[in-house]
Amino acid sequence: MKILVCISRTPDTTAKISFTDQNTTFNSDGVQWIINPYDEWYALVRAIELKEKDPSTIIHLINVGNAENEAIIRKALALGGDEAMRVDADNDDPYFIAQQIASIAKEGYDLVLTGKETIDHNGSAIGGMIAEILDCNYISLATKLEIENGTAIVGREADGGEEKISTPFPVVISCQKGMAEARIPNMRGIMAARTKPLKAMEAVQSDCFTSVVGFDLPPAKSGVKLIPADTPELLVKLLREEAKAI
Amino acid sequence: MSVIIVAELSEKKLKKQSLEAISYGVAVANQLNTEACALIIGESEEALASLGSYGLKKVVHQKQTGTLLSDNKLAAKFIAEICAQQQAEVVVFSNSLFGKAVAPRLSVKLKAGLVTGAVKVPDVSNGFKVRKSVFSGKAFADVNILTHIKIISLNANAFDIIQSSNGSAEVIDSSLEIGSSTINVMETKKNEGSISLADADRVVSGGRGLKGPENWGMIEELANALGAATACSRPVADSNWRPHHEHVGQTGVAISPNLYIAVGISGAIQHLAGVNRSKTIVVINNDPEAPFFKAADYGIVGDAFQVMPKIIEAVKNLG
Repeated sequence: MKILVCISRTPDTTAKISFTDQNTTFNSDGVQWIINPYDEWYALVRAIELKEKDPSTIIHLINVGNAENEAIIRKALALGGDEAMRVDADNDDPYFIAQQIASIAKEGYDLVLTGKETIDHNGSAIGGMIAEILDCNYISLATKLEIENGTAIVGREADGGEEKISTPFPVVISCQKGMAEARIPNMRGIMAARTKPLKAMEAVQSDCFTSVVGFDLPPAKSGVKLIPADTPELLVKLLREEAKAI
Repeated sequence: MSVIIVAELSEKKLKKQSLEAISYGVAVANQLNTEACALIIGESEEALASLGSYGLKKVVHQKQTGTLLSDNKLAAKFIAEICAQQQAEVVVFSNSLFGKAVAPRLSVKLKAGLVTGAVKVPDVSNGFKVRKSVFSGKAFADVNILTHIKIISLNANAFDIIQSSNGSAEVIDSSLEIGSSTINVMETKKNEGSISLADADRVVSGGRGLKGPENWGMIEELANALGAATACSRPVADSNWRPHHEHVGQTGVAISPNLYIAVGISGAIQHLAGVNRSKTIVVINNDPEAPFFKAADYGIVGDAFQVMPKIIEAVKNLG
């Protein structure tokens, strides 16, 4: 089985979010970059677990981004991918990115795994776009994944509950909590990652459907109104009369 | 030309998120001087009859759901055909499970730019600029859609439902052939607890400060009294005090209810990322230095075990 795992680079979950150049550019000063947690903890680690069950499984990683992304790609390889590709492009448009990934995913992969969204753009768009370009099934917000007799058995979030479904290959799956437990790379993995292939590739021609023109920060909260602990019923009164929340 | 709103039913009623999407779609149609049309998949006389009052003139109704709701490939194909029939210029989804599964496919199919997680009506003064939530609610981005057809998925609780007194919508029956699905639904399971977290208007959430799962009674009691869903922080779910589907935060469920009450949660930045779009935030914590107080509207510095029973009693006395 061949698995393609999509890896995105995002600011660390604790990064302070601010913008420069008149609010058109994310301010990366002092920002730590990480593998998008959904891509790493759920998509990649689940792929590695599947490979541990069936060692003939091949895991390839794909990232769309510039050379700075290679640090997090090496980290992903240290966790366990076999080889990685980086499409050399600096572009925010989900359709453009999906086209880049689809151009590789069509080369005989059974599974294409993504995180459910990136924690910076919160788009949840790439997986569905790849599936549509490849004309294959897309299972979004998956919480479980098993392989049985050449089909994928997937648990996915459904309205107010969960669904268990089966789908033939190839299939694109977006992964979320429940799929796998986070791991940290071990020393052997880190050493091995240094020599694993990481290939830079040129982007394929694609349209862009959208462009980000600016950012903004939400207005700061006006400050907390503290209610004395001995009169908590006052909170209920304020929630009804002032906030009109109950 | 028209604005199509893909509305969703839950137990034969229009979902609250869909009513928000409809109101949003009507506002976009007014802006563009065109008409808004809802697409309803599934049977509900009641929902169809009410649609005129939200300012819709037209409804396309596909009674047979078939496999449309479980197979996003078929759903995207179907919606693309409706869009062609109605000459859709803008398509509005809720940023729901269905929207997340179908909108990206439709974007490719229609060669239409997609913005997910919109929080405001577009600015059409120069192009078509949509404001969306990014960085897990910590910022907004303004995104220009460059294509002729535009697709927007609207975040929950980002747009108020606008209902006028009367008005009726023309219903157009659709009976498109859906085709067969290669996705086989083997099992469906409902979560316990009556109110689903994603749709909840009010949420009461507990953290490690509650010391153990045996103390969740007061969280549940307050939630019951308020008609709220229950939630928890990540350490609570990781310790198996509460089920994982209740975990709200950056890596769990992101929610945006009208009221979020956090009890015994310190407010780590990853937790805030999942709840900071809530309209009113109440924090109850015995540590005055808990970072959550900075993000809260109302706070009580005190022992939850002392404070909660009094709050529950006061809510029950509200009538």
